[in-house]
Amino acid sequence: MSDPNEWNYAPAPEAAKQARISDRYAHFINGKWADPKEGEYFQSTNPATGEKLSEVALGTKRDVNAAVKAARNAYDNVWSGMSPRERGKYIYRIARLIQERAREFAIIETLDGGKPIRESRDIDVPLAANHFFYYAGWADKLDYAFPNRKVSSLGVAGQVIPWNFPLLMAAWKIAPALATGNTVVLKPAETTSLTAMKLAEIIADSGLPDGVVNIVTGMGETGALVVNHDDVNKVAFTGSTSVGKRIQKSIAGTDKKITLELGGKAANIILEDAAIDQAVEGIVNGIYFNQGHVCCAGSRLFVQESVYDEVLWKLKRRMDTLIVGDPLDKNTDVGAINSKEQLETIQRYLKAGVDNGAEMYQPACDLPASGNWCPPTVFTNVAQSSIIAQEEIFGPVLAVQTFRTVPEAIEKANNTPYGLSAGIWCDKGARLFQISNQLEAGVVWGNTYNQFDPTSPFGGYKESGFGREGGLHGLAAYLDM
Amino acid sequence: MKSKSPDPPRYDISKSPPVDQVGVAERAKRFTTRSIKNECKRSGLQLVLNMIDLTTLEGADTPNKVKQLCYKANHLHDSIPGLPTTAAVCVYPTLVKTARKALGKSSPVKIASVATAFPSGQGYLDLKLEETKRAVGDGADEIDMVISRGKFLSGDYDYVFDEIAAVKKACGKARLKVILETGELGTLDNVRRASDIAIHAGADFIKTSTGKISSAATIPITLVMLLAIRDHYYKTGQMIGMKPAGGISNAKLALHYLVMVKETVGPEWLTNEWFRFGASSLANDVLMQIAKLEDGHYQASRYFSKD
Repeated sequence: MSDPNEWNYAPAPEAAKQARISDRYAHFINGKWADPKEGEYFQSTNPATGEKLSEVALGTKRDVNAAVKAARNAYDNVWSGMSPRERGKYIYRIARLIQERAREFAIIETLDGGKPIRESRDIDVPLAANHFFYYAGWADKLDYAFPNRKVSSLGVAGQVIPWNFPLLMAAWKIAPALATGNTVVLKPAETTSLTAMKLAEIIADSGLPDGVVNIVTGMGETGALVVNHDDVNKVAFTGSTSVGKRIQKSIAGTDKKITLELGGKAANIILEDAAIDQAVEGIVNGIYFNQGHVCCAGSRLFVQESVYDEVLWKLKRRMDTLIVGDPLDKNTDVGAINSKEQLETIQRYLKAGVDNGAEMYQPACDLPASGNWCPPTVFTNVAQSSIIAQEEIFGPVLAVQTFRTVPEAIEKANNTPYGLSAGIWCDKGARLFQISNQLEAGVVWGNTYNQFDPTSPFGGYKESGFGREGGLHGLAAYLDM
Repeated sequence: MKSKSPDPPRYDISKSPPVDQVGVAERAKRFTTRSIKNECKRSGLQLVLNMIDLTTLEGADTPNKVKQLCYKANHLHDSIPGLPTTAAVCVYPTLVKTARKALGKSSPVKIASVATAFPSGQGYLDLKLEETKRAVGDGADEIDMVISRGKFLSGDYDYVFDEIAAVKKACGKARLKVILETGELGTLDNVRRASDIAIHAGADFIKTSTGKISSAATIPITLVMLLAIRDHYYKTGQMIGMKPAGGISNAKLALHYLVMVKETVGPEWLTNEWFRFGASSLANDVLMQIAKLEDGHYQASRYFSKD
């Protein structure tokens, strides 16, 4: 018998060559691939290896103008006048095409963004398809969505999305916009443009009329051009709070409708009567899912003092079993940090945590030599006033604090400028609802965390933004009524 | 006349933590998404074979049937060299002597015997203890007892506790596996409570099922029991064994159980001293997978002995 203690999982990589990635991607404008007017491209790299994957067009003013013009033209002449049932047919078609090419999408999402293939395969891609399915169903039922209200579409939607869930965020933005009869100019994040461009291929294949969806790639400046374009009627942005504030300033005084989904510093609260083992599992999923690059990540943990030792022991043991490494490996739990810049940001916070006297724990794991990596990290002995408990780190870093009574936990949980999400772990249903009503957060999960569904609205309070995406609420953001 | 106040409970039931069924199901699903390949699969399959309690528990069992089973336990498939033996054979008490004779004194294969009015547990305590002692006297190394589910479900936890403790005493040196028959307990909270009672009352192993009712071992139920074992280990440093039984009939599922053991209680449990599979048809499927790893294609099931 071999030593059972040696029973480690053999590598099980998904075959990267299953995915077709072009050497170069132009913009997708008016149903066609459009070379950037200034002729510039930038690199898209694999964050797990540092290798170049492709080149993506750098959008400038002329590109954005062309895209908005195409969207306006499609809105005025085709899409807004099309029967809602016909519009629904196209959206269903996009959903089915995503399912058909799910494997390719999952591989590219993982190659380009660094997230584990398990997540892109089981969560990102199926959820993206489900969003299109869900909103396709609403397309011809808008009259019933808001009884006694006359609803109408807005026009051209300018949408800017982040790099943490590239395809899923594109789906969250595009699906409700199309279902409500708007046309779209989408700007993906600069580090993760590739699945948006694959989505453009699908949109072309679906026969969606030219100009209904336009995708312009580029840096933050390109996004600003989209948002600030005079002929855009609706702005939808998901990303950092600082950029969100800038966008809100820049469109002040215009009649653009806006939804912002921004940062978060969510509290996960474990009460002493909780099912501790399942709570620990939820904590791990809450903060280490997608390397913590999640705006609703449960990055602050509040544990009732009487169960603190047990929770910490179990949490650390669970962290020891997390597999960090090649995102394409089917057994990987935690993948690569999305970019070098983000890694540096996270490392700055780790240093600040240690310098401020917090205790840092990281499981022993062999990190690959190249690429951007940060092991799952937990800080204990954290003060409410310390920087790692206050600021959004957007990485696999958990700050743990204790509390004695429920009012204390609620006060600390709400003591943040953010208010996107929160989690409560408690065996008593009544208590759970009572606490959830007192938490200032757009989403409160009870005895679970990071659950997403197209039928459920999602969005924030306070500096985490406003407006809701998903569900019936997600339709309202794209309608005049 | 003043009534006597009842004795305090032996086992404080409030100590069993709640179990969240949805959370358990989610975690259980994660184990099944682990991809087990190449060398890991090879050594995992060998480990599975070595953890099997090769079982026959039929009304129609005869001495010759048990002799064949014992031979198979030692010689799983002689055309593949280097295979381990199974961990044990599992038989009714009346056939323990036959098994002892067939295996000989020095076999690494242990003899496990069900006892205590298996499978229902509806019997007299003194007869259960007598049955246990006779099975051990006949040469059983391990006793697989069933708990009294009727008593458990009526809330008489003290009875369940005391009965397990009494059987443990009757076992002497034999190791005691306590079958909870989780398919009759109804909730995961009950599975956890029964696990805690069994562990505190002296079980060396806790076991899911008799295999005699349709709802047998599942990954979520086994996970809840493993978590009880882990909590006990955390508090006392004492290791308790785990035996899922019934319903594990293919190699892939068995490997997922190993994943669960490794990631829940740790690799120290990955030996047949601490983890067993109660199964009758699992061995052949594992052998088929091993043969496939050896020569690259599946052999028909007729190449493997059916005992």
